[in-house]
Amino acid sequence: MDALDLARWQFGVTTVYHFLFVPLTIGLGIFVAGLQTAWHRTGKEHYLRLTKFFGKLFLINFAMGVVTGIVQEFQFGMNWSAYSTFVGDVFGAPLALEALLAFFLESTFLGLWIFGWDRLPRRIHLATIWAAAIGSNLSAYFILAANAWMKHPVGYEVVNGRARMTDLWAVLTNPTALAQVPHVVAASFVVAGGFVIAVSGYRILHERRTAAAETDTVAELVTSAAPAGRDTAAAAAPRRWAAGRGGAGRPKAGTADPGMWRSSLRAALVMTAIAGAVVAGSGDVSARYMHEQQPMKLAAAEGLRHDTAGAPFSPLPGVEVPKLLSLLSAHDPGATVQGMQDIQQRYQAEFGPGDYLPNVPVVYWSFRVMIVFGLTTVALSLLGLWLTRRRRPTPGWFARAGVLALPLPLMAVIAGWLLSEIGRQPWTVQGELLTAASVSPGVSLGEVATSLAIFTAVYGVLAIAEVRLLVRHVKAGPDPVAVPSGPGRPGDTDAAAGGTDRNARLQPTLMY
Amino acid sequence: MALPTFWFLVIAFLWTGYFVLEGFDFGVGALLPVLSRNEAERRQVLATIGPVWDGNEVWLITAVGAMFAAFPAWYSGLLSSFYLPLVLVLTALIARGVALEWRGKVTARERVLCDVGIVAGSALAAFLWGAIFAGLLWGGVLATVLGGAFSLTLALVHGAVFLALKTAGPLRARARRAALGLAAVALPVAVLALPGIPSAGAVGGGFRVYPLPWLAALAAAGALTAAVALLWRHREGWAFTATAASIVLATTALFGTLWRAPLPGMTVAEAASGPYTLGVLTWIGLAALPFVLGYQAWTYWVFRKRVTA
Repeated sequence: MDALDLARWQFGVTTVYHFLFVPLTIGLGIFVAGLQTAWHRTGKEHYLRLTKFFGKLFLINFAMGVVTGIVQEFQFGMNWSAYSTFVGDVFGAPLALEALLAFFLESTFLGLWIFGWDRLPRRIHLATIWAAAIGSNLSAYFILAANAWMKHPVGYEVVNGRARMTDLWAVLTNPTALAQVPHVVAASFVVAGGFVIAVSGYRILHERRTAAAETDTVAELVTSAAPAGRDTAAAAAPRRWAAGRGGAGRPKAGTADPGMWRSSLRAALVMTAIAGAVVAGSGDVSARYMHEQQPMKLAAAEGLRHDTAGAPFSPLPGVEVPKLLSLLSAHDPGATVQGMQDIQQRYQAEFGPGDYLPNVPVVYWSFRVMIVFGLTTVALSLLGLWLTRRRRPTPGWFARAGVLALPLPLMAVIAGWLLSEIGRQPWTVQGELLTAASVSPGVSLGEVATSLAIFTAVYGVLAIAEVRLLVRHVKAGPDPVAVPSGPGRPGDTDAAAGGTDRNARLQPTLMY
Repeated sequence: MALPTFWFLVIAFLWTGYFVLEGFDFGVGALLPVLSRNEAERRQVLATIGPVWDGNEVWLITAVGAMFAAFPAWYSGLLSSFYLPLVLVLTALIARGVALEWRGKVTARERVLCDVGIVAGSALAAFLWGAIFAGLLWGGVLATVLGGAFSLTLALVHGAVFLALKTAGPLRARARRAALGLAAVALPVAVLALPGIPSAGAVGGGFRVYPLPWLAALAAAGALTAAVALLWRHREGWAFTATAASIVLATTALFGTLWRAPLPGMTVAEAASGPYTLGVLTWIGLAALPFVLGYQAWTYWVFRKRVTA
């Protein structure tokens, strides 16, 4: 065990952890923006309640994505200074652009959205959540362009032992990036879709149970009007509102009209199904680039030892579908796919003696987990769309399956990253820089061990806190919303602000 | 102007923006338990920075990202040589950020934990930035502690003045008194610490050789003094301008000194990326920055009113 191993573990731990939150930020941000747009267009109150409900879950998650992201940017310099000095000229540019063009947009407009409910005209306020969500998605593009450069470096030359950028456009339109961006972003929408399906499924089941209990006695209904978990919501004012005016026939916290969760469920099913198609299509393109650009990763993902024409695909060890791997990776059933041992010999001839194999079992199994779990989630969404077609009620078993399937898309995206990054080893920059030569020369084992211990401990505690917080808010259900009048037709909102704005005020803030 | 020189100025500008903006975020966060007497006042305090702190933090992300792109050797050398202090900075920023975002969504008992995270995270980060840059200039425990004390006390004064400017009612008066009291500590610390910036070791050179950082450091002390006088006369807006100017000038002194050697034994030109990278980033930066500054300024305009309890 030396500083290099620990630095790699630290990068793995902090990156995987960061990416538990990021997909939800990317996908859920757009989903919440969509809900608010639906409210703005239709004026239906349940869209506003859904916006606020999922908005709160989004914000709980967003915080974690932000703070763990700062670590990532510092980590390159702290643990991987040799890498950073070598690649900064090229790799630093998309990172700087990410901060300037995406993070400012995301953070500034999210602040406006959170605190602007009663400060901004409705249409401007709607625009702020879109700007923030677009910022999140834009950041995905820049960081994935940087990441793609590590797999398939383009637009540079090496001068005096440092990479020098010669063409920014080539870096930003790296074919590897253009395949990877839709793949990862769409996978993020699958994760967010899976999350909304699980939450909606839980709420549907919960409310059916509550409704069944409420039919027993009317007295029961009165006591359950203050549902368990409401004490946890910090805002005292909305609670007083609920107590004061909630009795006048308004939906109470934790309950909803029956169509509400159906709309969020159906919207998430559609989103997951469409995103699933994009993931599959862009995954196919990525596989072909991998065949050309990173043959070792492809060989490891398949456990293919020798160069093989008409290579078979094995979904599981021992099971083989003839010629399928060649067909998938080159769109030609007779194509030759390179095998690990033959690539190893070629690399030794090209780059000198060394072990150029990644950790084959991890790469092999990550590939399968990614495909199986990802496709299961997408299949579930298609099944759900069929089951709930034409106003059919959601079957209880499907709602339960949606809840149980929550971890699947997350595990699929994490497995995808393990495949992608462990499969790139032993290189940090394919064919240019080895991971062993990338680590900070001046940083000691003790320092890396200390920081690894601190981050692991802090992240562990925060993970538990985040899950508890999310579960609690999902269980508590949406807050009641004070909307005496709908937003009306789009267009009359700003003009009418003077007269009706005071009535139309929403509850002050989501956050503080 | 040569591109490396221009990008050194850009990075100095980004760090300056970060210190000015997060300076009051840190000060407000650290003063939370001192200035507020109950939950309503705690909310009032935090509502002053609530809409803006996350956008302010992006100045740091951009400063560090720009260093990575424009001066890779400076970025990697600085970050790897201040390894453990930066781990602490990151931990502090994590604790503060999560606590600020989660505070309104947890139980009363957990809210206490969030408050601990906000106070400790803000104070620690404010201390560490000064300590890290003092360590870079001088090394040694004394300089590090003095640098940390300087950035912490300056952030506290800056934050208290910001609160006096942005709140109404009893909190406003309390924040003003706190700012005046804190200035009694911050001013002597500043007078001790500020000359240390331009005089740092071999890199600074004397006043006659290279007067800029000396003048900036002197002016920083002057601005802080002016802030006290203005606050004394209840000119909160001008007092905030003066504390902000003090941070700008102190950062100018810092980067003016670092201009000679951003890291020991390294020149700006050696650390810089190639002319192509710097050139293309210049065009994109010049095109984007007005928009970024514009919408951030607009956020402050939207939330310009004093926060009431």
